[in-house]
Amino acid sequence: MRKQLCDALVARAVKPEMVFLTGDLGFMALEPLQSVMGQRFINAGVAEQNMISVAAGLTRQNFEVWVYSIAPFCYARPFEQIRNDIAFHNLPVKLIGNGGGYGYGVMGPTHHAIEDYGVLLTLPNMSVYVPVFDEDMDVVIARAGISPRPAYIRMGRGEPPKGYKVPAYAPWRQLTCGSGPVVIAVGPLAGAYIEAFERLPAEYRPNLWIVSELPIERNPLPAELLTQLENSSCLCVAEEHVRHGGFGSDLLLHLADKNIGVRRFRHLYARAHHFDKYGSQKFLRQQSALDADSMLAVLKGLQHA
Amino acid sequence: MNTYTRLTDKEFRTARKRLLQMHFESGVGHIGGNLSALDAMLIVFHEYLHDIDKFVLSKGHAAGALYTTLWSMGRLQDQDLKSFHKDNTLLAGHPPARGIADIAFATGSLGHGLSLAAGTALAFKLKGNDTQVVCLTSDGEWQEGSTWEALIFACHHHLINLTVLVDHNNLQGFGSTSDVASMSPLWNRLQGFDIDLQVIDGHDPDAIRAALASEKQRLRIIVLRTVKGYGVSFMENRMEWHYLPLTEDLFRMAIEEIESP
Repeated sequence: MRKQLCDALVARAVKPEMVFLTGDLGFMALEPLQSVMGQRFINAGVAEQNMISVAAGLTRQNFEVWVYSIAPFCYARPFEQIRNDIAFHNLPVKLIGNGGGYGYGVMGPTHHAIEDYGVLLTLPNMSVYVPVFDEDMDVVIARAGISPRPAYIRMGRGEPPKGYKVPAYAPWRQLTCGSGPVVIAVGPLAGAYIEAFERLPAEYRPNLWIVSELPIERNPLPAELLTQLENSSCLCVAEEHVRHGGFGSDLLLHLADKNIGVRRFRHLYARAHHFDKYGSQKFLRQQSALDADSMLAVLKGLQHA
Repeated sequence: MNTYTRLTDKEFRTARKRLLQMHFESGVGHIGGNLSALDAMLIVFHEYLHDIDKFVLSKGHAAGALYTTLWSMGRLQDQDLKSFHKDNTLLAGHPPARGIADIAFATGSLGHGLSLAAGTALAFKLKGNDTQVVCLTSDGEWQEGSTWEALIFACHHHLINLTVLVDHNNLQGFGSTSDVASMSPLWNRLQGFDIDLQVIDGHDPDAIRAALASEKQRLRIIVLRTVKGYGVSFMENRMEWHYLPLTEDLFRMAIEEIESP
């Protein structure tokens, strides 16, 4: 998604009030942006706490500020600066974290971001965007850009099946249809489910939804999804995020508030920061039972429970 | 330096008394670090900053001195100060996030203010104007790594529209700065940076005026050698006045001392 991010920001950089801060990252990706932005492209160095507060200071003076880093360095290291200096003041700084979830794979857990949106959504005014496909990025940048709130964009790598026609971006999208359970996925891992679900007969095939904007309070479930939930006895949520503070628990609370019951629920989530061995994002998803085969096994069990 | 009238000795004393009255009436401590910062803050607001300029109080626990200064400017009223630290107030123990036009940021967690000020100063630089930004830090908060991140950034970006004041009263939360994590003398640590550095008596109005009026070629840092609890002898240089509230007897003693010639 970095190329699409760069393209979207290059187009946006015609706005003279736009400033881009990077924590010394973006090599072989953001050079075109650096080239067009000149002195408004600032490499703030390896100093993320300062970078966030500088962003707040710039935004207070009406600049539109985008901040970029590897995801954990973007939200975990400078969390207090995000909380105090951005969120408390409702300053619309846009945080871009690359490598959401296990995106940095074998680089190890210091580079993973599996508690990012859960942590950030505890803060007042914060919005989260989770693009699923590379093609989503230009709309996500546009939507985050016009939002009057602070925002965190969790970037990953689009993983659609080969030849797949990516649906136009929307905060909620339905990717597969059938008479099976409702599955809601957060982020690019949904791409791996599409192919697996399409192979299933329609009577078992899940209604696969993806959600790209959080919190739910500002992006309520579409009516069609609510109808499917009411008609289905089964709901499964998959997210590359720890269970605590994740989308799954937030969704259940939201449904409970609306008096919408779910008889059978399964949650696929990032199970650990550390496994016995390191590996790729694909490997770590398997370890967490987030891969397509694990999803199919869970759904089979759910339908026969 | 702007053309505002120079503060008189009486006005400094009046502000000091008003600060103590506010803390006494609200039963609130943090007095020592407010009194060490008050003189410089008064001069910055009354004699240096123009309306368009910005001030960032990085040592948010000196909110009392800031509120008192804004009161002395007529931007806060007696009724505002009476609400200090009470329920349903805007005047919290540390500067609020909204509601007071002169306060841009809620500070209180140390090590944020210099970065906020740097971002503000950079904004004016990018806009191509010379709006000034003043940031007041404590001495203890130079133990925060983020403060040094901010200094590196501010130097690198040649933020000559930024002036940093360090309230160097030598006492922090649970000991002297020398005993807790010594950088003594702090100005020796700062000297390696590309800055205009001055070390002055932080309670000498003319020294503060001269330092603020000096020509700037680079980021300016003025280390104010101050006294915690300045102006009240039983508080001066005593760590407990980082925390203690005033009793009625002590409040009256303090006021008498400030009023004495």
